[in-house]
Amino acid sequence: MSDLSGLERFLRTDPRDVGCDEAMTVLHIYVDLVATGQDAAGRYPGVAVHLQACGPCGEDFAGLLSVVTDG
Amino acid sequence: MIHWGRGLRACGGSLAGVKPARGPAEGLDEESAAWLRLLVAGGGEQQAAERELHATLLRIALAEVRRRSASTPVTGPELDDVAHQAAADAMLAILAKLGEFRGESRFTTWAYRFVVLEVSSKLGRHYWRNPLVALDDGQWERLPGRLGVDPEGYAEAAGILAEVRRVVEDDLTIHQRRVFVAIVVDGIPLDALAARLGLGRNAIYKVIFDARRKIRHALVVKGYLEEPGLEQ
Repeated sequence: MSDLSGLERFLRTDPRDVGCDEAMTVLHIYVDLVATGQDAAGRYPGVAVHLQACGPCGEDFAGLLSVVTDG
Repeated sequence: MIHWGRGLRACGGSLAGVKPARGPAEGLDEESAAWLRLLVAGGGEQQAAERELHATLLRIALAEVRRRSASTPVTGPELDDVAHQAAADAMLAILAKLGEFRGESRFTTWAYRFVVLEVSSKLGRHYWRNPLVALDDGQWERLPGRLGVDPEGYAEAAGILAEVRRVVEDDLTIHQRRVFVAIVVDGIPLDALAARLGLGRNAIYKVIFDARRKIRHALVVKGYLEEPGLEQ
């Protein structure tokens, strides 16, 4: 059987996903929690799900976290 | 009045009339409180703080466009222009929204978010100056690769991929189909498509989200995938 895990992953949707607008509204709070070693995903599970699923928002998260942690 | 370089002039922005909605929030960390105080202090203190903040935003924007350079057709001086414009627009937004800062994060994290999001948005718009793929190209032959199916598996995956295409062409609305083909089949960046269609990122994401659910449901009905557990 060919590896269809990429397709399977892509088609998987999570009802907890808050979408881009909500995720970006709290991005700075989420990033500060992550940067200070706190449970960001526990506090904002729908944001965590979204950042995993949405490439552009995930990039913004990575960019801001990099700025905050690397200076 | 402070000028923040070519980006500010290019976008026609100005600080004239930009006033914070209210004073600094209570209970902030020392650095955040200092930023908020200085940015409304007036005179030389405020100008120095604005210059420092803008210089930091520009440094971040330049680093951010370089970090993303592998995934955008924007290159060279145009990439630097994007950074300058992003820093200038972020600066204007920050000053206009100072009163909205609630102290839920450090001030700098709140402020830096503006420039990171500006970089995203501007790279999306600049994509169309030298696009890698035209809108509505429909490069279906590239779909297996985009979904991580290696060439050896193409023949075996042909049935399921044909069903994906059938659902896209028969079951999605015209708008859903256009968005799905642009993002998933042709690999156009989501922010670029959002800019081209005059929509927000969230609107495009929602279309793709709904399309994914619809396609998955069809594949489950046809027996290609098992009924999902957590996801619906």
